[in-house]
Amino acid sequence: MVAIMGSSGSGKSTLLNILGLLDDFDSGDYELAGTSMAGLNERAAAKYRSRFLGFVFQSFNLIGFKSALENVALPLYYQSVPRKVRNLKAMEYLKKVGLEDWANHLPNQMSGGQKQRVAIARALVGEPKVILADEPTGALDSTTSHEVMDLLRKVNKEGITMIIVTHESDIAALCDRTIHLVDGQIDFR
Amino acid sequence: MKFLSKINLFDRDRMLEILQVFLTNPFRTFLSGLGVGWGLFMIVVTVGASNGLENGVTSDMGGRVKNSMFVWTQWTAKPYKGFKRGRSFNFNSSDTEYLRENSTSATLIAPRNQLGGHRGSNNIMRGTKSGAFNVYGDIPGYIEIDPVKIISGRYLNDGDLDQERKVAVIGKRVLELLYEQGEEPIGSSIRVQGVLFTVVGVYSTYKTGEDAEEGNQSIFVPYTTFGKAFHTGDKVGWYGILIDKEIHADSAANEIIGLMKQRKSVHPDDKRAFGHWTMASAFEEIETIFAAFRLISFIFGGLALLAGAIGIMNIMLITVRERTQELGIRRAMGATPFTVMRQIMAETMFLTTLSGLAGVSLGVASLEVVNDLLKSMDGASGSFRNPEVSLNIVLIALGVMLVMGLIAGILPALRAVAVRPVEAIRTE
Repeated sequence: MVAIMGSSGSGKSTLLNILGLLDDFDSGDYELAGTSMAGLNERAAAKYRSRFLGFVFQSFNLIGFKSALENVALPLYYQSVPRKVRNLKAMEYLKKVGLEDWANHLPNQMSGGQKQRVAIARALVGEPKVILADEPTGALDSTTSHEVMDLLRKVNKEGITMIIVTHESDIAALCDRTIHLVDGQIDFR
Repeated sequence: MKFLSKINLFDRDRMLEILQVFLTNPFRTFLSGLGVGWGLFMIVVTVGASNGLENGVTSDMGGRVKNSMFVWTQWTAKPYKGFKRGRSFNFNSSDTEYLRENSTSATLIAPRNQLGGHRGSNNIMRGTKSGAFNVYGDIPGYIEIDPVKIISGRYLNDGDLDQERKVAVIGKRVLELLYEQGEEPIGSSIRVQGVLFTVVGVYSTYKTGEDAEEGNQSIFVPYTTFGKAFHTGDKVGWYGILIDKEIHADSAANEIIGLMKQRKSVHPDDKRAFGHWTMASAFEEIETIFAAFRLISFIFGGLALLAGAIGIMNIMLITVRERTQELGIRRAMGATPFTVMRQIMAETMFLTTLSGLAGVSLGVASLEVVNDLLKSMDGASGSFRNPEVSLNIVLIALGVMLVMGLIAGILPALRAVAVRPVEAIRTE
C-alpha cells in the first residue's frame, strides 16, 4: 500500500494516469507484468487495464443512469462475462463493501461514502493486481475518509497492491510507504 | 466467424445497454427519431397514393383490350400520283377484304360505321319516349376489341350479319330511358331514323366513371344492315383492329397503314392521311406518368430520409459530447475503442431502425385507413382506389435507411474515441 504525495501540479495524477495506461508517456519506460508499456495502442491498453488494473477516482465516476449493481458489473461486461455470472459476482463485491441493500439504487440516491464504496467494489470486481486510487478521500469528510481507507487497507491485506494519490498527510500516514513528488521528480529526503 | 460475432450489434446485453441510454432522455430520443420516421412515412404515403391513383386510372380503363387499335382516314398532306394534297377519301368493304388477306399483324379487322359519323348521336324513338344515343354498325367480332357485358338476350351474330337482320343490342342506359321499369326489352322494337329494329340484347359496359355513362348509351346493329338502312353503302367509317400479341403496336400500325397508303394512292411519307390510336401506347403513356410519380416520391422521400439521418447524426454527436466522461469511465473499466465505437454505432442504427419502422407502420396504417374510407364510400372513389405499397418498396426503403443509420453513426463513433481516456474522465 503506497501513497503518492505532492502539492498540486507536482505530477502525482499524471504519474497515476500513466500507471493506469490512461495517458501516454514521452520518455522513460514502464513495465507492467514484465511487458513494456511504451507506445501501447488503445486496444492493448484496454486489455491490460481490464486484466491488471482497477480504478478509484476522487469524484467516484459512477455512471449516473446505472444502478450500483450495474456499475459494479461494468468491468465484467467488458471482459465478456455472461450476464448471470456478472451479476452474481457484482453482488458478492457489493456485499464485501457492505452495500448489498443498495444494489438497485442509482448513484445520486447514495451518500459520498457509499458511492466511493461502490467505486471500490467496481475496481475489485475484475480481480486486478493493482488498484490505482486518485484522491479517493478528496470529496469525503474525515469520518467517511477513514471508513474508506479501512476498506482499502482490508483489500490490500488480501494481496492487492494499492497505489493512492493524496495530498492529505493523515491519509498517507495510513499507508505502508509514502513517495513524495516535487515538480515531477521523486523527492528522496 | 469470431469476427462476425464481435460485429453483431444487437445481442441482448447490448440491447439493454442501448435501451438504458435512450430511456435516460426519452423525449430527446423521440425527437431525434422523428426525422427518419417522418421520411419513411412520407415515402410510404406518397408511393401508396400514386399507386392508388394508378389503380384508379387503370380500373377506369377496365376491360379494355391492350392489343386493340383503331385506324381512320383523314385527308392527304402531300400530292401523289396526280392527286392534289388535301384529298379526303374513305375506306370501303374491298379494303376490308384486302386487309384481311394481306395484313400479317392483324388478327381481326372490324369495319365500323356510326350514324351521323364519328361521335354523332341520333334521336331514337320508342312509342312516346325518345332519347339521343350513338348507333353503330358492327360485325359480331367487335365485342373482342371493345368488350361489353351482355346482361340479357344476346350480342350480334353472323346470321344477323349475313341476312342483314334489323336487330339491335342496346345499352343499359338506353333501356332505362326508353322503357318502363320492369318492362321486357327483348323482342320489342325501337325506331332509328324511321327504321324499326328489334331489340335482341342488352349490355352494360366494363368501364367506370365518366366513360361508363357514355359507354352505356350505345346501340349496336349489324354492319350490313347499317349500310342498307342508313345509305352508307359499302363505306367503312373506321376500323377496329386486334393486333397479334407478339407484334408491337407501333410496327403493326406501320404495316397496316403502309398497306392502305399503297392501295389508296397516298404518298408513303404522308403522315396526315391516316389517323390511328393504339391501346398499347395509351397504356404506355400512363405507365410512364406513374413511373415518374414514383420516382418523384422516392426522390423527395429519400431527401426527407437523408435530412432525418443527418438529424440523428447531429443528436448523436451532441450525445457523445455530453457522455464524454461516461465513455471515458467505460474505457477505464476495460472497454476498447472498438467496443465504444460499436456501442455508438449500435445506438445510432437502433434509433434509425426503430423510428424508421415506426414511420413505415404509421404510413401503412394510414393507407389502410384511407382504403377503408374509400371502400365505405363504395364506387364514389373515382380515379383513386386501393392505395398500397409493395413489400419490396418497404424493404428497399428500410435497407436504404439502415445504410444511412450506419453512415450517420460513423462520425459520432469516431468522435467518441477521439478523446484520450484521461481527458475524457476529467471532463465534468
